[in-house]
Amino acid sequence: MVPTEYYVLLSTVLFTIGVIGVLTRRSALVVFMSVELMLNSANLALVAFSRQWNHVDGQILTFFVITVAAAEVAVGLALLVGIFRTRRTTNVDEVNTMRG
Amino acid sequence: MEIAFFIITALLTIGAAVAMVLSHNAVHSALWLVLNFFGVAVLYLLLNAPFLAMVQITVYAGAIMVLFLFVIMLLGSEQGQEEVNGLPWQTPVALVMGLLLVVMAGYALFFPGTPVPTTQTPNEIGAPDILARKLFSTYLLPFEITSVLLLVALIGAVVLTMKSREGDRV
Repeated sequence: MVPTEYYVLLSTVLFTIGVIGVLTRRSALVVFMSVELMLNSANLALVAFSRQWNHVDGQILTFFVITVAAAEVAVGLALLVGIFRTRRTTNVDEVNTMRG
Repeated sequence: MEIAFFIITALLTIGAAVAMVLSHNAVHSALWLVLNFFGVAVLYLLLNAPFLAMVQITVYAGAIMVLFLFVIMLLGSEQGQEEVNGLPWQTPVALVMGLLLVVMAGYALFFPGTPVPTTQTPNEIGAPDILARKLFSTYLLPFEITSVLLLVALIGAVVLTMKSREGDRV
């Protein structure tokens, strides 16, 4: 049996790659994908802890995370299409109309 | 044997994630992310969660990534206009902070203050019937709220992408 620590470490690495993707990429689509990667790594940690404690609650929470991710992607991509219609760009640096 | 399989899958998953971030074509990024999701689904199987693995493949690798690819091709933004980077100092700082996060998490994991009790009993908690029983009894209210959330997301996506006609105030 693979120890839970390995799974959590893998989850941390994936989460970090997602954070770096959000911080360094400028295309809104890739930023979105990086957010998905981070949600996914959190799910992996939840399932690993679920096995560690022999408890099904972690897997149930993973279900809810997947559902929320699906809803978030639907609304987020709709927003992105709306932004692209008016600004003709998906670069997150150029969408700064509300900058204070 | 199992640990070797885990290491191969983990390396594949990390490699796909890195390729997703580095790739300059948005379609390639999406396809790398699909590979990453498949790797995580295999890890779910290793963790005794077969139902979640199937949900992962159908919802994530299926529905969500098809939506992504659809929008990428709809906007025609495969070749990102990435060249202008307004914050060039952000990349090295992000790398250093990310490395720091991994080191700290690794330290916390492998040098714990109090030992974590391990349950070695082989379990069947990931079986669909056990999951469903819990989901429709203890977690019934969150389950219902989730359906409302999906409805809200559905209406929101339709309203946001609606083309406003002349004279309409949206």
